[in-house]
This record gives sequence, structure tokens and C-alpha cells, in this order.
Amino acid sequence: MLEAVELACERDDRMLFTGLSFRVAPGDLLQVEGANGSGKTSLLRMICGFLPLQQGQLRWHTQAIGDNWPGFCQDLLYLGHRTAIKPGLTALENLRFLHSLHGHATDAQLWQALESVGLRGYEESYCRNLSAGQQRRVSLAQLYLSDAPLWVLDEIFTAIDKSGVAQFEALLRERAQQGGMVVFTTHHQMALPGLKVLHLGDYA
Amino acid sequence: MSQRGARTMFGALWCIIRHDMRLAFRHRQSLFNPLTFFVMVIVLFPLGVSPDKAFLAPAAAGLVWVAVLLSMMLSLDRLFQVDYEDGTLEQLSVCAQPFYLIVLAKQLAHWLLSALPLILLTPLLATMLHLDAAHLGVLMVSLLLGTPIIGLIGGIGAALTVSLRSGGLLISLLVLPLTIPVLIFGAGSVLASLDGLPVQGHLAFLGAMLALSITLAPLATAAALRAGMSG
Repeated sequence: MLEAVELACERDDRMLFTGLSFRVAPGDLLQVEGANGSGKTSLLRMICGFLPLQQGQLRWHTQAIGDNWPGFCQDLLYLGHRTAIKPGLTALENLRFLHSLHGHATDAQLWQALESVGLRGYEESYCRNLSAGQQRRVSLAQLYLSDAPLWVLDEIFTAIDKSGVAQFEALLRERAQQGGMVVFTTHHQMALPGLKVLHLGDYA
Repeated sequence: MSQRGARTMFGALWCIIRHDMRLAFRHRQSLFNPLTFFVMVIVLFPLGVSPDKAFLAPAAAGLVWVAVLLSMMLSLDRLFQVDYEDGTLEQLSVCAQPFYLIVLAKQLAHWLLSALPLILLTPLLATMLHLDAAHLGVLMVSLLLGTPIIGLIGGIGAALTVSLRSGGLLISLLVLPLTIPVLIFGAGSVLASLDGLPVQGHLAFLGAMLALSITLAPLATAAALRAGMSG
């Protein structure tokens, strides 16, 4: 379970949010919502430890995240704005490397994951020749391989077409049913039952 | 902790090294730039100054060392820059392996790509500079010990300037003064050998600096990278 207690974030002398507390239990989908510049990405980056906590505490399974950082990393999959896709590598090579940081997958599993995100036939294509949406899909293929309990997804639907969004929506729903936890931001209208929404505007 | 097909530490580090090597071989241009620079400096030096053996043989070690140092500086600014810009660094920092070891793995890959080719070319170029085989051995050992130090210290500079758009010159300014001792002991070992003096002292100093930089430099580099990411 992920728990945030009284978080605050200040950037450039601007208070983005303060007194922010929430809790994500197994099976929860949490959408962080807010206007541009309201601190959605900052919050997610805080959870992943890229931004230092300025106030409050983040707990993973009742333990402060900083106290068991390797354990938390093992349970975390983070997909950000920036996809970490290398244009000079093929889709398969990119996926293999990104997944290798978290676990091991056979080639068959990698091919299967790429097929699941609609990249069948593009496995050996250099990513510089793929469209922005296709590159994003290579990154999203990690979701089909990951069994990390906590997913933190920042604007992952950028450049993804409508049917793609619907497909990943279904994946998130399935994930929640299996007891996974997902914290994400998006500007798409999500149709997910039981979706919790965190309005950052309420904490400004 | 559940082992969801988790990788062994060395498996993950090996993947990082292989990834960096593969990327470098896909962009061969950047691989050859420091190498060309190195060869050109050493080939042009005798033409510009003096092709005389009496002059070149004592100058050879210093010349090779300066050229190695400068060509390694050329490749430093790209060490973490691309990974920072495309988000790879974020992925590496939330990987379950210690960030210290990840940095060390990246540095090892960088050394294999940027320093090892220079070292392999050195026997040929040193022969051109009339350096005897006996002294060449000392030069090679000093390079093998010294170049990783340059890479490791340079990594700190590269990490500190990672969030700057053009940190190239700044890295050199930060790092060059710190690498001077390596240059002095490296070139000094060959000079001692030319004078018939024992070289163990020089090489032992290089070894000590190498041990120190392997243990401490990645810590500083990792901390600087984390600071760069939080910007």
C-alpha cells in the first residue's frame, strides 16, 4: 500500500500543493488530475524519488520509502513523459533493455508484448523510423511484461490513438482486478469503474 | 521480497554495458572522433616540431599521455547527456540495483569504448616516436592504470553538468586540473624508465589513485546525477 501524508511541493517560489494526503491500496487506480502546471508530474516524480520530499512522508507498506529504497524500486514501474527509447536501436532491443532493468524476459515474451501493443512486424525496425505513437507503444509494452505491484505512469497516452487508449484502459482495469496499484496522470477522459481521482487544485 | 523473475545484479549490469556498447557501435562517428584526434595529434607533432630521434624518444611518453587525456575529454560530455535527455537515467535510477554500481557499469562501458582503442593504438604510435619496446611496456601499464582514473574523475564533471545544455567546456575546466596528477605520474613513469630508474613508485601511485577513484568517484557521480535529475 502506498501512503502519502501531508505532502507539499514548492517550485520557483510557487506553492503547487500542500497538505496532500492520499492512500493507494491494492486494486486501486488513482488518477492525479489538475490544470497544467498544477504539480501532477512533480507529485509522481516525488513518489519515484527524483524530487526530494520537501514536507510530509511517503510510505510503502507502512515503511518510509527512503528506508527501504531498493525494496521499493523492485516493486515500482515508472513510465514517464520521456520514454527512454533510443532511436538507434530496434523496437525489440529497446524493450529488451528497458525490461532488463526490472526482470528477465525471454525473446518470445518480448515479441508477444510488442504484438500486444500493435507493433507486430515492427520488432526489427529502428525506432527512429517509427512514429511518435509507435515509439510510445514500445515503452508501453513494458506494462505487458511487468508484474511490479505499483505502476506510476505519467502522461503515457500522449500520441496514442483512440483505440490504443481504450486498449490500455482495459489493461489498467485488468491490472486493478489482479490487485495491482496504479497512479497515473492523463488528460484523456477515462472510463474506469472504481477510479479514484485526486484533484490537485483542492490542495493548492 | 518476491522474486518476480528478478535479475541477478551482474545480469542487469551486463545488460547496461551491452546496451551502451551497442548504441556506440550504431553511432560509429562519435566512436572514431576521439581516435582520429589522438592519431592526428601524434602524427603531426614530429612534423611540426622535430622528427629527430634524440628529441622524440624522451618526449614520446608525455606526448602520448597528453593526447590520450585530451581525446578522453572529447567524449566526456556525452557520457550521461543523452541518457539524461531521453529519460534513460530516470529508468536507471529506479532500477532495483544500486545506483553506484549502475554508474560504475556505465563508466566501464565508456572506458572500453573511449580509452581502450587509444591504448591499443599506442604501440604503433609509440614506435613511430622511437620509443623502445622496454619503455613501451611501462607506458602501456601506466595507461591501463591511468585512463580509468581520468574516466572516473571525468564522470563526476559530466554528471555535475548533465542538466546544462552545453557543458562541454565546463567539464574540461572542472576535470582537467584534477587529472594533472595522473598525467604527471603516468608520463613520469616512462621518463623514470628512460633514465634507468625504478618505475614501481610511479605505478604504485597510479594504482592507489585508481583504487581510490573506483571506490569514491561513482558515489560522487551518482549523487551529482540525482541532483541533476531533481532540477
